[in-house]
Amino acid sequence: MLSIKNLHASVAGKPILKGIDLEVAAGEVHAIMGPNGSGKSTLANVLAGRDFVEVTEGTVTYQGANLLDLEPEERAREGVFLAFQYPVEIPGVSNIYLLKAAVNAIRKHRGAEELDAMGFLKLVREKLKLVEMRDEFLHRSVNEGFSGGEKKRNEILQMAMLEPTLAILDETDSGLDIDALKIVASGVNALRSPERSMIVVTHYQRLLDYIVPDRVHVLAGGKVVRSGDKDLALELEAHGYSWIEKEPAQAAAG
Amino acid sequence: MAKTATELDTLVRREYKEGFYTDIESDTFPPGLDEDVVRALSAKKGEPGFMTEWRLEAFRRWQQLTEPSWAHVHYPKIDFQAISYYSAPKRPEDGPQSLDEVDPKLLETYEKLGIPIEEQKMLAGVAVDAVFDSVSVATTFKKTLSDAGVIFCPISEAVHEHPELVKQYLGSVVPPTDNYYASLNSAVFSDGSFVYVPKGVRCPMELSTYFRINAMNTGQFERTLIIADEGSYVSYLEGCTAPMRDENQLHAAVVELVAMKDAQIKYSTVQNWYPGDEEGRGGIYNFVTKRGACRGENAKISWTQVETGSAITWKYPSVILEGDNSIGEFYSVALTNNMQQADTGTKMVHIGKNTSSTIVSKGISAGRGQQSYRGLVKALKSAENARNYSQCDSLLMGDKCGAHTFPYIEIKNPTATVEHEATTSRIGEDQLFYCRQRGLSEEDAVSMIVNGFCKEVFKELPMEFAVEAQKLLGISLEGAVG
Ligand SMILES: Nc1ncnc2c1ncn2[C@@H]1O[C@H](COP(=O)(O)OP(=O)(O)OP(=O)(O)O)[C@@H](O)[C@H]1O
Ligand SMILES: [Mg+2]
Repeated sequence: MLSIKNLHASVAGKPILKGIDLEVAAGEVHAIMGPNGSGKSTLANVLAGRDFVEVTEGTVTYQGANLLDLEPEERAREGVFLAFQYPVEIPGVSNIYLLKAAVNAIRKHRGAEELDAMGFLKLVREKLKLVEMRDEFLHRSVNEGFSGGEKKRNEILQMAMLEPTLAILDETDSGLDIDALKIVASGVNALRSPERSMIVVTHYQRLLDYIVPDRVHVLAGGKVVRSGDKDLALELEAHGYSWIEKEPAQAAAG
Repeated sequence: MAKTATELDTLVRREYKEGFYTDIESDTFPPGLDEDVVRALSAKKGEPGFMTEWRLEAFRRWQQLTEPSWAHVHYPKIDFQAISYYSAPKRPEDGPQSLDEVDPKLLETYEKLGIPIEEQKMLAGVAVDAVFDSVSVATTFKKTLSDAGVIFCPISEAVHEHPELVKQYLGSVVPPTDNYYASLNSAVFSDGSFVYVPKGVRCPMELSTYFRINAMNTGQFERTLIIADEGSYVSYLEGCTAPMRDENQLHAAVVELVAMKDAQIKYSTVQNWYPGDEEGRGGIYNFVTKRGACRGENAKISWTQVETGSAITWKYPSVILEGDNSIGEFYSVALTNNMQQADTGTKMVHIGKNTSSTIVSKGISAGRGQQSYRGLVKALKSAENARNYSQCDSLLMGDKCGAHTFPYIEIKNPTATVEHEATTSRIGEDQLFYCRQRGLSEEDAVSMIVNGFCKEVFKELPMEFAVEAQKLLGISLEGAVG
């Protein structure tokens, strides 16, 4: 599904990612943890195609093709979805309008017919239930005046509508109360399937109780310094990142 | 970031889509302006004596005035003696009686613009009074209108057919002495529309005029006069584009609206004149005086404008609220791209009691465009309980453009309330990226964000016009990103 090899990337001339290797197979969920500023969002940005991040070395292969060659919208249409750490507000553009434009852009790319108003509404109502959002949110401007938790839920709603092949969730759990966390997690779990891979960036092992990952990676200083199964998250929780920093040289990609 | 800024730049840069030039032989005056030219112009139109005198009086006033310089726009000095003040298609005397008689080249021009008259007529049920240069060449739906008692004709015709109305109202809202360009227009106005809606009549269709500017060095001086008598209603649409040209073209129109007691006039404009090339060469100078008077109680005048064209725009559609409880509205979207400059806004003058006005102005600047909002809200001593609400929002694309806001408030009555809100925002890379990450192309993303920004204004436009306006914004910003 996704193969990252020796990825180096800089922002404003400053190296941030310093040789990342990561293999995500179809159907797998990988968690990425790591201290603030270690490059987690930068990695997510590289995958989504944000152009202020400059890839200086390495390759990213997605479904057998060079992901880095594609424009952001092409990646999205090919099934790459990023749930943003900080979703932006777009005044005057209703949530439903953006959703519809996005769904139809992606359907068109896949050679499917555009959804008509009725079909679209039916689909969106179904997905709203999944994330327990009220209809009212459809008609508000995109993220405008949404609470932190509502913004995160809105990201999951979009994900559910767009049915991506590779979903990257950047700290979707941050700022969520415990009920919202469960809702988001069940939304994510509902999308788990053998054809779909996910990369879940988080600071809290708590999320991983609900979304159980196949692999956990620790990113520090722009490198994957440790990889393991879900128990790695528990160890991190118990000992903190300094524990890893004291015990180097064990890093393994996986 | 750097890369995206240049990308924004390329999307801003796009060729003017309506740019082509129709080659029709013109019957044109040599350049220059003096009393003889004014007389000749009036004679050419076979005008009655009162009209010739009115023009001459205006011309004499104009000579005493100086060109205004307070607007936040810059352009080389205009040589008014280098302009030709009359130009008409070949057969002005025996004007066409039906479309079959219209020069096929002209029809082709409209076709290219995507506004085929035939289709317009059938699809929209809109009466089209097409002004090509100075002489109206097609007037349709006359019968439906005349059955309702509505007069809708070229103003040159109204001068002959309805001299009493013209005498009574022409210059009653914008006097010939009003300002430099209004004076000039009064002296040499070419043609335009005349509308009279009698008492209690709801005009049975939207009235619409497409203006075009053509023929070398011919200043266009449209003059429009709309009168809504007591209890009547009329909605008037004005839309325009121009062929690509290299010379600067002056356009100084005057539009006067008169709404009597309980009458309502809705005036909508979509303006897409040639803005000049990327370096600002060519392009229309658009110096317009638009003003409406609410003469009676409960009268209402709404201006809605979408301004995307012209090299320089200088335009302040205004409402004089004389009647008690009368209402004035101004909804505006103005877009400046490349080297375009716009200084636009409105004046709301509250005279009657309980008068209210609403101003919603949305300015979009891209490229090296410069834009100013200039608005005056004035409440005279008599304006007991006058209310105004103003909202001026600016949206910037890229980092080379500018937006400026000049709100002026003069309140002479302590019971008046005035509310003003203003915001400036930048189309964020973050917003664009967010949309693209959801699968939208960059152009679709820009157009979605911009249309979202303009929503409150677009909803005031008649349906078909709103669609056209959205398209126009999309076209105008093509290349602004990408
Ligand atoms: N647009 C940018 N301009 C300058 N520096 C940036 C930019 N984006 C990221 N950086 C820098 O890159 C480094 C990695 O940032 P990144 O956002 O990837 O960290 P993170 O691991 O996601 O952190 P957090 O856990 O706080 O979200 C930080 O030092 C950050 O300041
Ligand atoms: Mg982050």
